[in-house]
Amino acid sequence: MRIEVKGETAYCYTNSRDIEADKPTVVFIHGSGMDHTVWTLASRHFARHGNNVVSVDLPGHGRSSGSPLATVEEMASWVIAVLDVLDISNAALVGHSLGSLIALECAASHSERVRAVALVGTTSPMPVSDAILNAAEADDHAAFDMLTQWGFSKRHQFGGNRNSGIWMIGNTLRLYERSGPGVLFHDMRACNEYASGTDQASKVACPALLILGAEDRLTPVRSTRALQEAIPSPVVEVLPGAGHTIMVEAPNAMLDALHKVL
Amino acid sequence: MAGPDYPGLDTLALHAGAQPDPATGARATPIYQSASFCFPDSDYAASLFNIERAGHVYSRLSNPTNAVLEERIAALEGGVGAIATASGQAALHLAIITLMGAGSHIVASAALYGGSHNLLAYTLPRFGIETTFVDPRDPQAFANAIQDNTRLVFGETLGNPSLDVLNIPAIAEVAHAAGLPLMVDSTTTTPYLIKPFELGADIIQHSATKFLSGHGIVIGGLLVDSGQFDWEASGKFPTLSDPYEGFHNLIFTEEFGPAAMIQRARKEGLRDFGACMAPTSAFHILQGIETLSVRMNRHVDNTRIITSFLLEQEQVTRVGYPELEGHPDQALAKELLPNGCGAVFSFDLAGGREAGIAFVDALSVFSHLANIGDAKSLVIHPASTTHHRMDAEALAAGGIGEGTIRLSIGLEDPKDLIADLKQGLRAAGKAAGGSR
Repeated sequence: MRIEVKGETAYCYTNSRDIEADKPTVVFIHGSGMDHTVWTLASRHFARHGNNVVSVDLPGHGRSSGSPLATVEEMASWVIAVLDVLDISNAALVGHSLGSLIALECAASHSERVRAVALVGTTSPMPVSDAILNAAEADDHAAFDMLTQWGFSKRHQFGGNRNSGIWMIGNTLRLYERSGPGVLFHDMRACNEYASGTDQASKVACPALLILGAEDRLTPVRSTRALQEAIPSPVVEVLPGAGHTIMVEAPNAMLDALHKVL
Repeated sequence: MAGPDYPGLDTLALHAGAQPDPATGARATPIYQSASFCFPDSDYAASLFNIERAGHVYSRLSNPTNAVLEERIAALEGGVGAIATASGQAALHLAIITLMGAGSHIVASAALYGGSHNLLAYTLPRFGIETTFVDPRDPQAFANAIQDNTRLVFGETLGNPSLDVLNIPAIAEVAHAAGLPLMVDSTTTTPYLIKPFELGADIIQHSATKFLSGHGIVIGGLLVDSGQFDWEASGKFPTLSDPYEGFHNLIFTEEFGPAAMIQRARKEGLRDFGACMAPTSAFHILQGIETLSVRMNRHVDNTRIITSFLLEQEQVTRVGYPELEGHPDQALAKELLPNGCGAVFSFDLAGGREAGIAFVDALSVFSHLANIGDAKSLVIHPASTTHHRMDAEALAAGGIGEGTIRLSIGLEDPKDLIADLKQGLRAAGKAAGGSR
């Protein structure tokens, strides 16, 4: 569905269903340069299991209008605004990469609106290499290539998708290519500059789940120690064989893990 | 700035889509010869049916062996996904029925494989889908033939039988300007010789029976989606951008983004028309693809040797290979097909139908049959076989003479092929009344 948020059109995938007040809600937040389609399997699953699902396209991404937002804090504020417009008092938030930082910020700054949080392919701080930032700033295709290659585990560079017939490297590359000029740069810079993640993590009061790829090369498991220590009592699931693009590389294992907090 | 290198074509041809078998550790892709796959519990089953989990239900819809082949060809072509079908014809049909219904129209090259021409010219009109055939060398002819109800532009990378080189960039521009996708049949070229998506094509069809499998042992087709065409922006493809009642009002562009077309083809076309590939066929094709570049390189080398030999023969009045002087597409071939123009071509013999028949009957290394793309060299005389109902005038309209011979050059030692051709030429000369 399309709604108006802060003067712009915001697209939210809802599995073609209306939001029902008596159902729990799960909000899915995509990562840098992506859109809601990365969550198709998971959102269909939780919709069938009695939830409202709201899989957003962040401003300037996918079908949402406007310019990409500059900071994780602004993006978190926008997600809360989406909940306001949809009259949803609280929701479980599932975010991937940049989306995980947005979910984390929501859980810390708007704790009354977040009943659970699942951070997929996450770490904090989330520094981005100069090579990626510079290429993204120049709208150079090399930024898409770097993120696509390093976004998958080494073994998945050759595919092996359990989702039949889909070449996941190609599909991810096409998603990046569909993003508008400058969008990826805004997203990567927001990741890079979000410095308060571990401080905010200590404020998370709801159940928290970290889903990590054992072979993640962008947000390696070893880099998540500070985040794991900052969040009170997180559940941590490390998925073997998966890199950073966990929704695609390990869709079934991710679903099973999500059920631990959703 | 250069990004990191993706794996090269040869590496992808060996590895894409495959992982050591998780159950047994088998390095080769196993043949999962099973119609169905067990569900661990009812909710898991429901989640597979509702596209919530990745996995297999029934081999008409997907199969683990086929899935490896599908990923491999998608990787080699640079697409988002692919579907393995029962034949190349099934792949063409699957694409068409995914994109359009009765009342639609296709603009196609007039130089098509006979099977494709039959489907478009004679069969699909019964189901309300008409085709206008145009000169493959004239992009403006494609533009002029586009109607309000046109939904697809279609051609072969190398047309049949004259090897017209499809100007993919120019025709893609024509198609895209009209909000239409360009689909190409790349059977004779394979991803080793041309990468149609990089040139602007949106969909690729293969008969994997030919050079991809490479050994004449299997029938199969592949449909590959580039993920580059914006179906919603076009506004002409309600099968992809409107709710689909046959799957709980799923909107494919909304849920699958770049993979909308190939997903709809699987969820509907493969499900309902059922022209799936057998897993054993997928296994055979995978074995062929592993050696694709090695074989294609040799196919092309041998073809260049044979065409050079034929050019020197008095009885040969024409050799139709785009790399040669005099072929109307020589410059375009150099630009689009620098690694070669495949291994299938035709040439004309003096002496007409009798000479052609005598030539074919005298060959012993070349196999006389109706196929192309085998490791073994193949020959056919169209006027006495595939086009035997046509008189000289009708043949000429199709670019075929009574003495036209089509060769598919294999991997044999070229000296033996030349010796065989000499034998054929001697027989043809006698049949034509000459002294050779």
